[in-house]
Amino acid sequence: MIATVQAALTDDDLVHLRRAMVERVVVSRSLGVIIDVTAMDIMDSFASRTLREVAQMIRLRGAETVIVGIQPEVAFAMVQLGITLEGVVTALDLEEGLEYLNQKFKSNG
Amino acid sequence: MAKEIGRMERSGVRQQPTLTMSSIEGTASLLRELVSHLRQNRTQLREEWARRITEAQLLTAMSKEEIFAEATAVYDQYVEALETGTFEALQAYARSLSERIIPRGVETHEVVGIVLLLRDVLARSLFAKYQADFRKLDRILDAYEPAANRIANTVAVGFVQERERVIRQQQEAIRELSTPVLQVRERLLILPIIGVIDPQRARQLTEQLLRAIRTNRAKVVVIDITGVAAMDATVANHLVQTVEASRLLGATVIVTGLSPEIAQTLVTIGVDLGKMNTVGDLQGGIEQAERLLGYKVVPLSAAAASA
Repeated sequence: MIATVQAALTDDDLVHLRRAMVERVVVSRSLGVIIDVTAMDIMDSFASRTLREVAQMIRLRGAETVIVGIQPEVAFAMVQLGITLEGVVTALDLEEGLEYLNQKFKSNG
Repeated sequence: MAKEIGRMERSGVRQQPTLTMSSIEGTASLLRELVSHLRQNRTQLREEWARRITEAQLLTAMSKEEIFAEATAVYDQYVEALETGTFEALQAYARSLSERIIPRGVETHEVVGIVLLLRDVLARSLFAKYQADFRKLDRILDAYEPAANRIANTVAVGFVQERERVIRQQQEAIRELSTPVLQVRERLLILPIIGVIDPQRARQLTEQLLRAIRTNRAKVVVIDITGVAAMDATVANHLVQTVEASRLLGATVIVTGLSPEIAQTLVTIGVDLGKMNTVGDLQGGIEQAERLLGYKVVPLSAAAASA
């Protein structure tokens, strides 16, 4: 399952995204979820906390999450705010994220 | 600063009760008289000045002939500035002089020193000339002092400005030289850092690294800080942030060559070492990076044997 975030999201959008994704993951029997945030040029603390929560909830629902496409400027702004998305796998772009998940599934058999 | 002093000078003159409109006219004619005196005694005063410069052991980086040549030029500019009351030519000359002598290690105090010496030499010659007529001397000095001070100011400020320009230029050059992000293998970048890191440079390093990770699609980055003797807590924190930001871009960072002092700093600020991937030296760092990328470096003979 791939979720692409189109642009800056409001807090409401984020909450909606979180619920939708966590519901979908089991319905679609996904093993891996990629959240593409390439289009997001701002990532505040609420957004990154929500993303981390999504990742943790998805893991509880039995799938793996990769966040891809964080912009360099956004990444540095995030760490300066002390947001490091700990425990969440990140990758450069969609391709990388897919490759990571493929390898993960291969090694799991 | 120069303007400030210049203004104070002029307002100081204005406060003197003897100076009315007519005496300003008088100042002009006195300056003319002064200038013609200085022109007449050019050779002698110039030599006296050059002698005093050597005596005071200023401009030791320059030869006697050079000092004399520059002294002549400065003298003429000085007299001209006194005559015309405009300082642009002098300013331009001061700038070009500074350009020539700064690379030779001439210090600010020397430049200020020689201009003050000239001021002194000329003032003494005025004393000698007008010693019989005290009132006249007084008025001559009224005309001479503000102009001379302004000249000294102009030259000194010109010198300092030129120096600052050179320093800025060099800082710029160092900054450009100092942040190479190199690709040594497909998806492996090396960032060797040498020298002192200040917060501004640290920020620039981070920006360049993050951008390079994106454009080269790097998976592993080796930051080598063998050439960095020490860093303060701010910069160390910045380094840790860089590592974390790189991870958000999907790249693993290996830091190599930490000096004992930097290790101490990192421990003191309480860095979570679990997040930092550190290896003793650059070679080890590259080896580990190759392992992470799935490379295995073997001698050609061994490769041939196994094949």
